[in-house]
Amino acid sequence: MSYQSELYQQVILDHNKNPRNFHEITGFSHSCDGYNPLCGDKIRVHMRINEAGTIEDAAFTGSGCAISKASASMMTVHLKGKTVDAARVIFDEFHKMVMGEMEPQAGLHNLGKLTIFHGVREFPSRIKCATLAWHTLICAIDKTGETTME
Amino acid sequence: MMSPAEIEKIRADFPMLSARINGKPLIYLDNAATTQKPLAVIERIRDFESGQYATVRRGSYRIGEEATEMFEDARGKVAAFIGARDRREIIFTSGATQSINLVAQSFGKKFIGPGDEIIISNMEHHSNIVPWQTLCLEKGCALKVVPITDSGELVMEEFEKLLGPRTKLVAVTHSSNVLGTINPVKEITRKAHAVGAMVLIDGAQGVPHKKMDVMDIDCDFLAFSGHKMYGPSGVGVLYGKYDILDAMPPYVTGGDMINTVTMERTTFAKPPARFEAGTPPISQVIGLGAAVDYLSGAGMEKIFEYETSLLEYGTRALSKIDGLRIIGAAPRKAAIISFWLDAVHPHDVVTLLDQDNIAARGGHHCAQPLMQRFNVPATTRVSLSFYNRPEELDMLAESLRKIIKVFG
Repeated sequence: MSYQSELYQQVILDHNKNPRNFHEITGFSHSCDGYNPLCGDKIRVHMRINEAGTIEDAAFTGSGCAISKASASMMTVHLKGKTVDAARVIFDEFHKMVMGEMEPQAGLHNLGKLTIFHGVREFPSRIKCATLAWHTLICAIDKTGETTME
Repeated sequence: MMSPAEIEKIRADFPMLSARINGKPLIYLDNAATTQKPLAVIERIRDFESGQYATVRRGSYRIGEEATEMFEDARGKVAAFIGARDRREIIFTSGATQSINLVAQSFGKKFIGPGDEIIISNMEHHSNIVPWQTLCLEKGCALKVVPITDSGELVMEEFEKLLGPRTKLVAVTHSSNVLGTINPVKEITRKAHAVGAMVLIDGAQGVPHKKMDVMDIDCDFLAFSGHKMYGPSGVGVLYGKYDILDAMPPYVTGGDMINTVTMERTTFAKPPARFEAGTPPISQVIGLGAAVDYLSGAGMEKIFEYETSLLEYGTRALSKIDGLRIIGAAPRKAAIISFWLDAVHPHDVVTLLDQDNIAARGGHHCAQPLMQRFNVPATTRVSLSFYNRPEELDMLAESLRKIIKVFG
């Protein structure tokens, strides 16, 4: 067998080992704690969003599996500099992709490198690992304080 | 000791063990979650449902009476299997969880009040924590927790300190579903009885793997599940001493648990019927009886001896892996190995083990307070059965080494 499966691609392993934006943000404007009771994964997302609604900075802390950590890492990289409205659109696309409800066709989505998570759709028990950071992000934007995956 | 040839003979009794998953054999190491079923159980249920099926304790027609006899016969088998004095001490439930809830909601509601104390331990499954927390919230009683050592044993001196005149119930597991630790349940029972407290043993992990003798332990209640002892899911058992059961009010009410019902008032049946409202899981109970026969045929002493040798083999094999830490090193252990890999999170471990068709479990195992105690978010757990082979543990170790390399 090959461990270079669709799920554990090199990019994901790299972001797991060397997560980007893995810190708190002093003077953050938005924050939320996400929790997956099924596996115990915990994540905190910090953002600085300016008055124009642009995400100037995004970062995360917490513990979790490679999928959840890499997803959080790549999410923060992808969203920096984008608007809150764009983030919501990307969340929706990401969610549909990992749920197997949307095939990301070239040029027809805003996911960029996040399509690396396409393989998650084959692993139903791991979908929540990939989406925990994203649910936490939306929670931070909505300023609801904490979110729990159901 | 069971020989490799005997193990192969046993394996042939379990169709799932020769099933090919993605064209490869299955290595099933999640027996603490649920066990595979032998043909004896599968065929017993099929025969019953295809040639003997009827409801029990109602029909006065022939097949109904015969089904009732088979059903009650299964009760007798379970009673004998755990050394109960009387088959009326066996109540069929939906599983160990419901058995514990039954004690909490029936015994607890009547006999436990404000200021009383219930003692549990730090290594309990959520099913032996939450019912007592809920009861204490309702009744104003206090929940006390016996701490555990770094090797995963109960601190017995602390247990003795917690015992007192307010202690009404001690509820502890026979063996931990995460650490494997086998607790000194006989000693615990003796000490609890000395202060007048009742004792409930969670036998979900113990009963399938070690000879259980409730009269020797002298516990007041024993809860366990059918599906973890090679029987069907959807059926479990609560053993209770008859006099105690007889003093307890009904838990769930309805049909089949009454003597007489008028629109004003109902008188309740004696145990066990009092606690078996509604149509019971008939086929499952009959299947459980077949599972008990199967285990008795194999011999619980021989099973425990073989599983202990597997545990030692697996512990040696995993200990050689760099960056792997086994959690739970009690001298008396059931065949469960939980571990933490420095480089790889348990959820990634089990997804990758699955690519080698190895079924293991990653997570908190419904024991979050235990995870907190050992300061890990989750563990990877392998739990063994007498149908596992030592070679399967070699393959586990090899697969883990590959995983660590990928994440390295």
